[in-house]
Amino acid sequence: MTTLTKPEDAPAPTASESFLSVRDLNVRFSTEGGIVKAVNGLSFDLERGKTLGIVGESGSGKSVTNLSILGLHAPETTTVEGEIWVDGQDVTDLSRKQLEGLRGNKISMIFQDALTALSPYYTVGRQIGEPFRKHTGASKSEARARAIEMLGKVGIPDPKNRVDDYPHQFSGGMRQRAMIAMALVCNPSLLIADEPTTALDVTVQAQILDLLKDLQQEFGSAIILITHDLGVVANTADDILVMYAGRAVERGTTREVLKSPQHPYTWGLLSSMPGLSGDVDEPLRPIPGTPPSLLNPPSGCPFHPRCEFVDLVGGSACSTERPALPAGRGSACHLTAEQKRQVFIEKIQPRLG
Amino acid sequence: MLQFLIRRTFGAFLILVLISAITYFMFFAIPQDPALLACGKNCTPDALAVVHKNLGLDQPVPVQYWHYVVGIVMGRDIQGGHCAAPCLGVSFANGRNVWSTILDRFPLTLSLMVGGAIVFLIVGLGAGMLAAYKKGSLTDKIFSGGSLVLSSLQIYFLGPLVVLALVISTGWLEMPSYTPISENPVAWFSGLVIPWAVMATIFTAQYTRMSRSSMIEQLQEEHVRAARAKGMSAPYVFFRYAWRGSLIPIVTILGIDIGALLGGGIVTEITFNLAGIGRLARDSVIQKDLPMTLGVMLFSSAFILLCNIVVDACYAFIDPRVRLS
Repeated sequence: MTTLTKPEDAPAPTASESFLSVRDLNVRFSTEGGIVKAVNGLSFDLERGKTLGIVGESGSGKSVTNLSILGLHAPETTTVEGEIWVDGQDVTDLSRKQLEGLRGNKISMIFQDALTALSPYYTVGRQIGEPFRKHTGASKSEARARAIEMLGKVGIPDPKNRVDDYPHQFSGGMRQRAMIAMALVCNPSLLIADEPTTALDVTVQAQILDLLKDLQQEFGSAIILITHDLGVVANTADDILVMYAGRAVERGTTREVLKSPQHPYTWGLLSSMPGLSGDVDEPLRPIPGTPPSLLNPPSGCPFHPRCEFVDLVGGSACSTERPALPAGRGSACHLTAEQKRQVFIEKIQPRLG
Repeated sequence: MLQFLIRRTFGAFLILVLISAITYFMFFAIPQDPALLACGKNCTPDALAVVHKNLGLDQPVPVQYWHYVVGIVMGRDIQGGHCAAPCLGVSFANGRNVWSTILDRFPLTLSLMVGGAIVFLIVGLGAGMLAAYKKGSLTDKIFSGGSLVLSSLQIYFLGPLVVLALVISTGWLEMPSYTPISENPVAWFSGLVIPWAVMATIFTAQYTRMSRSSMIEQLQEEHVRAARAKGMSAPYVFFRYAWRGSLIPIVTILGIDIGALLGGGIVTEITFNLAGIGRLARDSVIQKDLPMTLGVMLFSSAFILLCNIVVDACYAFIDPRVRLS
C-alpha cells in the first residue's frame, strides 16, 4: 500500500486559502535499480480560475506530481509523502472509493496523446458519458445528451452524429477535443492538462489552448498545464513553476519568469527555443549534458553538473549545498540576486534575439 | 460482414482443394502399393490386379483424383455400391464408407473438445486475470509458477498417472470411456471426466500464462489509466477496458486450439483409448488407407479453416477498428 506520512504539526490550510495546495510532496518509486526520487520537497498553490504552468524536461517529475494528485500512481511500488490539499481536503488521506469519486468529477485530467488515452473499443459518446453517469447518477440517455452537448462545446461539428463514432474515426485534433470534453463533462474545479498539445500540429495547438481558456472562463476551473514548451505557457498560464530533477527550481508569474528569469536552468530552456525573428543561421543552444538520474541525483544543487555559472558562485557551494527555493517569486540558485540580473542581461538576453 | 464471410469461405474451399490434391499425390509417392492392404495375406499378382481394378488404382493418378473430387460434390458409384455426396470414398482396409465412419467418430471428439475447452477457458482465463490483477503477489507467483510446471507436463504422462491414482488404486472415478450423451448423459459425463480434466490441465497452463501477460500489457495502456483518471472503479476498468483488449491474442490461440481439437486430439484419444477422429487418423495412416487418411485430413482442415474464419469475425466484434477494413 501507499505509505502516507505527514508531519503532525503542519497547519491545515483553511478554505479561504488556495484551492489546490501541495505541501512538501515527495514521491519515490522502488525499482530494481533502487529508489527513484521522482519528486522532492515540492510545494505550490493554485487558486480557482488560475492557470499554473509546470515546465521542465522529460523526467523532471512534472507528470508524476500530477498523477499523485489524482492518486493514480501504482500503489505497490510508489511512496507518496507530503500533503495535497484540494478544496480543504487532503487527497493523500482519502480511501480508494473517495478518490474514485473525486477523479473525473472535481479533478480531471487531459492526457497527452488522445489516440492512446481514448479506448479504441468504445464510442466517443460512451466514453464521455461514462464519468457523467458515474458521478451524477444520470441515465444512459441523459449521459448521451450530455456527451452531445459537450462535443458541441469543444467545437466538434455535427455532434449528434459524431457521438457514436469510435476514436479512430476522429482526426487528431478532434480526438484531443473529445478528450477535453471527457475531462470537462462533470465541470471539474481542477483540470490537469498533461502536455495537451504536444501531439498536435501548431495550428491545432493554438485552437486547443484557446478552447481551454474559454472553457476555464466559463467554468472557473483551476488548470495545471504541464508542458516542456515555454511558448505554450507564455500564452496560457498565469504562473509558472520550473521543475528540474524532481524539484521546483524557479517560480513566479508568467511575466516574471519569461521576462526576467533567474535560474540558469530556466535560461537554458529559454535559450534552447528557436526564435522566429532570429537569424536563420543562429545555431540552437541546447542545455549541455543530460538530465540527471533520479536514482542517484547529484549532490548539492542538482543542476550544477550542467550549469555554466558554477564558477561565479565560487567555492564548492554548488556541489555540496542545495540552494533552497524561497516562497513566492524566486529561484533555487546560489547566485546572488545581483549576479542573476547581471548574467541574464549581459549573457542570456542577447541569445534570445 | 457478409461480403467478408463469402470471400473467406471461398478462400477456404480453395485451400481445401489444395490440401486434398497435395495429400493425394503425396500418397502415391510412397513406394508401397496401397492395394496390398485390401488384397490380404495370400496375394497373387492376379488377385492384386483385380483389387487394383476394383479400387480404381489402375487408372492414372490425376484421373483418380478427379473422380474423388467429383464424388465429394455429386457422389459416385464405387466398389459396386453407391456412395452419396459428400462421398469421401470407402476404406481400403475394411470397405466402410469414409464419411459415415467420420460421422460415427465425431461426437466423441466434439464432446472431448467442448468439455475440455469449457474447463481450460474458465480456469485458465480466470487464473490468468487474477494473477494479473495481483501482479507480483503470492497468488501471482503460485499461478505463474504452477502454470509453468503444468505446461511442461504431457497428456500421455499425466493421463495414465491420473487413471492409476483415481481409477485403478482408489476407484473414485470411472475408467475413461464414451457413451453418447443421447443414450445416457450421466455415463457420458462420468466416462469423460478424466480426459477433460487431464486435457484441460495441460491447456489451462498455456491460457493462464497468456491471459496474465496480455492482461498486464493492457493494464499498462494509457486508455486504461485514463479510464481510472475519470473515476471509473477498479473492477469496471479491469473488465471493461483492459479485459476486452486482452482477448485478442487469446481468441487467436483459442481458434487454433479448437480447430485442432475438433480435428481430433490424437494424443488424448490414444492415451485414454477412446475411438474418435484422432484415433481414426492415426490408424488410417499406419494402415496406408488412402481414402480414410484423406477424409480425416480434409475434415480436420475444414474445421481449422472454419475456426480461422470465426476468429477473424471475432476480431471485428471485439475491436471496432478492424470493422472498416
